[in-house]
Amino acid sequence: MRKRKELTPVSTRVARVQPNDLLLFCTLRNERARLPYFLSYYRRLGIGHFFFVDNGSDDGSREYLEAQPDVSIWTSRASYSEARFGMDWINWLLLRYAHGHWALVVDADEFLVYPFCDTRPLRALTDWMDALNVKAFGTMLLDMYPKEPLQQVNTEEGENPFDQACWFDAGNYSVSVNQRYQNLWIQGGPRARAFFPDNADQAPALNKIPLVKWNRSYVYASSTHALLPRDLNLTYDTQGGERISGVLMHAKFTGDFPARAAEEVVRNQHYKDSREYRAYGAKMSADESLWTPWSERYVSWRQLEVLGLMSKGSWI
Amino acid sequence: MTVGVIMLAHTALDRASTVARYFAQNGCPVMIHCDKSTPLEDYENFVRSLSGVKLVSFVDRVRVDWGTWTLVSATLKASEALLEKHPEVQHVMLASGSCLPLRPVSELRDYLAQHPKTDFIESVTTRDVRWTIGGLDEERFHLRFPFSWKRHRRFFDRYVALQRRIGFRRKIPRGLIPHLGSQWWCLTRSTLTSILEGPRRAEFDTYFKRVWIPDESYFQTLVRYYGRDVESRSLTLSKFDFHGKPHVFYDDHLQLLRNSDCFMVRKVWPNANRLYREFLRPAASRKPAADPNPGKIERVFAQSRLLRHQGRRGLYMTSRFPCQAVSNRLTAAPYSVFQGFTDIFEDFEGWLARVAGGHAHGHLFAPEGAEFSAGATTVKGGLTSDAGLRDHNPKSFLTNLLWNLRGERQSFQFSPRDNQAILRFIADDPNAQLSVITGTWALPLFHAGLDAEEARKKAAYLQRVEASQLEILQSPHCHARVRIWSLTDFLNAPADHLQLLTGDLGLRSQRQLTEIPRLKNLEGFDDFLINLRNAGMQIQLLGTFPQEMALRQFHSKDPQQVAAK
Repeated sequence: MRKRKELTPVSTRVARVQPNDLLLFCTLRNERARLPYFLSYYRRLGIGHFFFVDNGSDDGSREYLEAQPDVSIWTSRASYSEARFGMDWINWLLLRYAHGHWALVVDADEFLVYPFCDTRPLRALTDWMDALNVKAFGTMLLDMYPKEPLQQVNTEEGENPFDQACWFDAGNYSVSVNQRYQNLWIQGGPRARAFFPDNADQAPALNKIPLVKWNRSYVYASSTHALLPRDLNLTYDTQGGERISGVLMHAKFTGDFPARAAEEVVRNQHYKDSREYRAYGAKMSADESLWTPWSERYVSWRQLEVLGLMSKGSWI
Repeated sequence: MTVGVIMLAHTALDRASTVARYFAQNGCPVMIHCDKSTPLEDYENFVRSLSGVKLVSFVDRVRVDWGTWTLVSATLKASEALLEKHPEVQHVMLASGSCLPLRPVSELRDYLAQHPKTDFIESVTTRDVRWTIGGLDEERFHLRFPFSWKRHRRFFDRYVALQRRIGFRRKIPRGLIPHLGSQWWCLTRSTLTSILEGPRRAEFDTYFKRVWIPDESYFQTLVRYYGRDVESRSLTLSKFDFHGKPHVFYDDHLQLLRNSDCFMVRKVWPNANRLYREFLRPAASRKPAADPNPGKIERVFAQSRLLRHQGRRGLYMTSRFPCQAVSNRLTAAPYSVFQGFTDIFEDFEGWLARVAGGHAHGHLFAPEGAEFSAGATTVKGGLTSDAGLRDHNPKSFLTNLLWNLRGERQSFQFSPRDNQAILRFIADDPNAQLSVITGTWALPLFHAGLDAEEARKKAAYLQRVEASQLEILQSPHCHARVRIWSLTDFLNAPADHLQLLTGDLGLRSQRQLTEIPRLKNLEGFDDFLINLRNAGMQIQLLGTFPQEMALRQFHSKDPQQVAAK
């Protein structure tokens, strides 16, 4: 609660939010080049209003967002790590604005893929979950990467980052139940294999529950990995069946990544002293690629379903 | 021949309005009931949107509560009003506001003209068909249900339990045989009139007022009582999903719905613009004679049910994580595990790959890292041989490997030297088939030429590990198929035992093996064992040792000859 004082509204258009709107919440820093594609991607899915927290961008992100008609933006110069990596700010905005709405919480490099997303808007999914009284939609963060070394990749503004970062790992994810919150704990993929082979337990968590029919009694406990109350985290079936789930395609490994990783190590504002970024710095030389002969090239959500990375559940 | 439509609407009124207008414009009188819980303002807009349309009328609103008599009562009121207002109506079709006609009205009219006396209503006896998901089939007719299932679930459940306990049973009116079926029917005027004006209507209504979900049984039962020509199927495509909710249809179902040849579908997502546009466009008749055939798309529903209920075997992911206790298959496909074979044979994996095909991996759980088949360091799916990643979650490692390479038979080698964390999981898994030769861990020690004390220490450790392995594999809770030999037993007739194994693998080969792997040199092994024992080690798992004689005898034979024997 205290953290709300750190938030300063820059431009809020929350009065325009309709009772039935799908809302998106995002914390960002210096994502100017990604934003046009990000906004157009989620507008196409049917997001009605965007809520951004700008954590000290100096690349024009804030000015760009201010000019958008369906965006409200807050700013915070406070420490990202002390605000539990932005989650305190997002929890505050959710509490204040998302009650009774479906809320999608993603980073600027995360793109939601759900069953039938090529033919049905997000509203079709949320209506269906409403009818079944399902409150939360589980996903796995899928790290995408290009075939070329990152230095050689250059994504133009407004361009689909997955035109180049179109490869992913299909079958090397470890899954277990996190007893603390009853959520699944998924690790693996290219980040684990390339950067954490010797300390696999420290590899980043890939389980995310980004889409929730928000209620003011809910709160994200640890990034979007886990929610409280705990039963919101039971987005998986324990009796052998498959529930519905999706994938968050992660456009982290694009051309600007090496520079960004170096900067983050200096800022030291990320989880556990930015150890993830330190690992990248140590392991990833300039001419290396994450690609292997077994990498899969992204085609469609149906491909991800066949590979077992997401599921239609009982949605036909 | 005129078809009348009764429409029960409560949400998405703009769509209901469009469909009502469509029917009216095609000459079908429409009688609409709108739920009283719909806000008045919305209702007034709805009525206004149809104000100019001649054949559309509204009946007084009733508050409809799901699962109760109110829905039947609304239907009866609308039926009475429709028949009274439109004496030309010969068939009456019941639809909801989220139904969509799939075929032109002219086709429906022709079809009904060919079946002028037929009532189309799904109507099955409770004995024959499990209609509901989650119980309350016959009990719907025998118990009382005064509490709302949605609003007072606790009272509902407790009252049902109480009635069960005291053995309460209502009397079913004489002559009625309870039938259940889809709510969406199409009845003849004469049958509907019989139901509305029958002499026992008051008696029947009183009875059904206390039946659970009477909209699925009132007409279904009474049609059997009055009707002469009942076709027990619905002209409306309506399917319930795993959760007991109606499946919803979207734009991408266009072809699927066309292929069903049904006249109506329930229910359509209100924003499925393309479906509304395509099916409501004035169209030339396509297949005038086709019978409704929802079976054509039944496959889709069946697949969905199976996926939601059983899922894909051996897959662990965001929305499927079966707990070990409930799953009878923990992995994607059968696989074989061999222990001890690489210690006594040269290139056992190579031999296995030749006779069995598929992937014959080495020691997947070797301390240095996984030995994938053909020396690979990464396999399909991006799974790497890295020990750290594997040991972080050995179960995921194994299930991933089996999932990634499903469709290809897989086997791997195991040993007391390997990471043992996976063994309990394997023992739990009916897909696993283990062949174990005990005591073989002594052979690499023998070949390593260690000094007596060091060899004794290592041997004691490995023997201890093997003993705890056997405890797991011989426990009554072990679901894997397990064969265990002692070293000496196996060496007495290796070719016979290998033959047995190839049978287990379900191979091409019930035939005789033409090749068996070459045995490693065992010259001096018996002396090594004697030294080990003299160093203070109690050797238990090699078999009934000392069998120096048997081993010596065995060395003198050429293994190839053993095979030929």
